[in-house]
Amino acid sequence: MADDLKILVIDEDPVRAAILKEGLGDAGHLRVEWIADTSNLYMRITALDPDVVLIDLENPNRDVLEQMFQVSREVKRPIAMFVDQSDTAMITASVDAGVSAYIVDGLKKERIKSILDMTISRFNAFSRLQQELDETKTQLEERKIIDRAKGILMQQKGIGEEEAYALLRKNAMNQKKKIAEVAASLVSAADLLS
Amino acid sequence: MNSQSPLTIVRAGFIPLVDCAVLAVAREKGFAESQGINLQLNKEASWANIRDRLNIGQFDVAHMLAAMPIAASLGVGHIKVPMVAPMALGFGGNAITVSHTLYNELKDTGADLGDPLSGAQALRQVVDKRRGDNAEPLSFGQVFPFSCHNYQLRYWMASAGIDPDRDVRLVVIPPPFMVESLEAGQVDGFCVGEPWNAQAADQDVGVVLIRPGRFWPTGPEKVLGMQERWASENPDTLKALLPALNEAATWADDPANRAELAALLSGPAYLDVSEAVVLTALDSDLDFHSGVQCEDALWLYAQMVRWGQTPLSKEAEQGVCRTYRPDLLTDALGDAPPSVPVDDVAPLDGVLFDAADVPGYIAKLTIKN
Repeated sequence: MADDLKILVIDEDPVRAAILKEGLGDAGHLRVEWIADTSNLYMRITALDPDVVLIDLENPNRDVLEQMFQVSREVKRPIAMFVDQSDTAMITASVDAGVSAYIVDGLKKERIKSILDMTISRFNAFSRLQQELDETKTQLEERKIIDRAKGILMQQKGIGEEEAYALLRKNAMNQKKKIAEVAASLVSAADLLS
Repeated sequence: MNSQSPLTIVRAGFIPLVDCAVLAVAREKGFAESQGINLQLNKEASWANIRDRLNIGQFDVAHMLAAMPIAASLGVGHIKVPMVAPMALGFGGNAITVSHTLYNELKDTGADLGDPLSGAQALRQVVDKRRGDNAEPLSFGQVFPFSCHNYQLRYWMASAGIDPDRDVRLVVIPPPFMVESLEAGQVDGFCVGEPWNAQAADQDVGVVLIRPGRFWPTGPEKVLGMQERWASENPDTLKALLPALNEAATWADDPANRAELAALLSGPAYLDVSEAVVLTALDSDLDFHSGVQCEDALWLYAQMVRWGQTPLSKEAEQGVCRTYRPDLLTDALGDAPPSVPVDDVAPLDGVLFDAADVPGYIAKLTIKN
């Protein structure tokens, strides 16, 4: 299903942009341009003359697009934000995903709906990936600190690994804290005393 | 307010600019809390984000460019969402800065560049000369279609017969990128709030030419905006919030608190710049008193009409006065808000603004869109 729409993706995150570009390509949108560095953005968008612009919400350059709503000498085809007057669900979904879509004047909304749906789902998928990555990192850090705390206890009290872990867990339960937190205070106390 | 009762949460959006001070101070100095409000502040990257999050109810109130709630209420540029602005968050603070190249060209005309009108006339000569030489038109940066920055540049240029839509190019550039755009030669000048003018001068990238406060009628630069629906559904919260913000404004305006304010704003939760930069900005003509008036809104509406953003209509004019709501602040304070000092600036183009006759004012202007 080929489509001749020219889509411009403005995103400083190359991974997210790649994920989106791939999704758009799979859906038959092959004319996808990506801008990461946003200097002189207004003139560059004008030169590219896209049908659809997708921009992430952390990007201050979103306000540059707002200017293009108005007819001017440079902007031959004014763009508008893709929203439905009747329904805020679309804006809510895209704000939650962290992306916004702009379309050139005169483009039929039905042609764009699937592109925005795809963009929202790819942005959400990227956030989930990032969250999983963050969680994995935290878990790794926590495991490291628990191992160190266990080592300290084993050495100081002359006990085995299982007993050291049980001691940490008991303390955590008594203090209503996470094992990693108790381990972290033990490690920093040990560092202070050493 | 009973100290035992839980705090009411108010979610506010702001852009990291010096005039977010009132919101920051209300939270950090306890003015909101002593009124029973937990003021949750969310830093945003663009005015468009602020507008969208207000529209979908993720923010209750927000730091907005003075013309934004008017545009929202009229449905200009975006979906129509009735907004109200009961108080201002900042006045002044903008400046027009130009590149060294343009500054030298302006100086070569022999004009007194310290005078707003002579400066604009000098610019006219440069613009005409460039047209004669078939050179690219001059480019100027501003921050948003519905910003005082946009209207101030246009008003200033038009006073000397420059048509901002034909004779020059006006582009939106987010404030943090202004100085680098000037340095890279992508624009020849800009109108922006502080600290960016001071920074351009410090880095010797440009020259601060004129402060629009010299020719722009007194009126808010930023306001506290909210959906009309939120204001009418949460009258008690609004009555607690507005006095808190009013106290914060008084605190922020007190010169005795200047150093503490600079330290607070320079932190990572707010502007995340050096204290020195914030201090320079506070030294500009920026201040934080709180009143808005229907006339201020009509002046901004007249700019929107003049530059073709919205058509003239009696209905719109009435809508504009339902957006700026000084009565809400008066109700909340139980008294009239501190009066706004009026400096009578003579109109640069000689055309007096009459808030009671916007169509008549527009008719008298020669340059418009």
